[in-house]
Amino acid sequence: MARSHKPIIWGPFAAGGTLAALIMPVLIFVTGVAVPLGILPPESLSYHRAVAFAGTWLGKLILFVFVSLPAWHAAHRARITVHDLGVRLDNIVALVVYGLAATLTITAVVALLRI
Amino acid sequence: MSETRTIKIEILRYRPEIDSSPVLQSYRVPCPQEWVVLDALDYIKNNIDSSLSYRWSCHMAVCGSCGVMVNGEPMLACKTFLREMGDTVRVEPLLNFPIERDLVVVIDDFLENLKSLKPYIIRKTEKPVEEGTHLQTHAQLKRFKQYTLCINCLLCYAACPQYALNTNFIGPSALALAHRYNLDSRDEGYAMRQEIVASPEGVWECSFVGACSEVCPKHVDPASAVQQMKITSTKDYFLRFLGGKR
Repeated sequence: MARSHKPIIWGPFAAGGTLAALIMPVLIFVTGVAVPLGILPPESLSYHRAVAFAGTWLGKLILFVFVSLPAWHAAHRARITVHDLGVRLDNIVALVVYGLAATLTITAVVALLRI
Repeated sequence: MSETRTIKIEILRYRPEIDSSPVLQSYRVPCPQEWVVLDALDYIKNNIDSSLSYRWSCHMAVCGSCGVMVNGEPMLACKTFLREMGDTVRVEPLLNFPIERDLVVVIDDFLENLKSLKPYIIRKTEKPVEEGTHLQTHAQLKRFKQYTLCINCLLCYAACPQYALNTNFIGPSALALAHRYNLDSRDEGYAMRQEIVASPEGVWECSFVGACSEVCPKHVDPASAVQQMKITSTKDYFLRFLGGKR
């Protein structure tokens, strides 16, 4: 029997899911709670600091990974959820959700390279 | 003294020589406290209607023969106490399988799938008998022991929404058994099983609903086996491009 090509999607899905589960809560805490409430100094998320971070190759890589992998996770999860809800238009759904994830990935690359 | 309660048992019956489609038939059964669903089926067969057909053997959750739907949930008839149920209990054949007769379903597909996964220890070269047995540490045994507890009762297939949609899916327990042998330090059959496991109808048909693990009467957790196999199949897939063929 031929091997499935599903790992191409499932790889970023699983990696994105792991990131989303382990790192996203911390990011939400820092950006959504700690800085607005003054637990961390407001300048820690200032524009200049953020641009300086995105200006380094390591910073670009981290931002790219955190934007693109969870996008693939969300896309694949949405496709499976739609399937589980009984919608049988898998090819169209796959095209839409993976198209969105691909668009976000390309946008992230272009935006990061322009900084 | 055990208390006896009369329970209405509704059974989905199908006798191909009389019934054009399955029909419900009700029986009133006096059930002592300690009875399980299988006891009630035995009572009906012995005292009310000897034409009732169902599979059973051990009456102690070991043989895996008596899987049925009890009030819509896949359960072992020998492990489901009637005292926990209302005054009416519906017993139907396992979902997602063709009915052969009454509560007996056709499981040929599953048996073929299981056979294709070679659920036994495979060695590239057999060790000569005089060299002794294959020793295993506790840690090596612990890796796969949980998956050896599967009794092939097929409750997981009746619970699986993906198997319901596509019966070509290899399915939870067959995959969990493949995983059991893949994890065994004595086994060398991983690559052979992977031909089926990594195919579109292998692990990739699973969408990780997890119903298989919830209904498993032996707490095998086939869902975890399938997810672990997705990880190894993904690693394999990308390693093939790097020349690391497995």
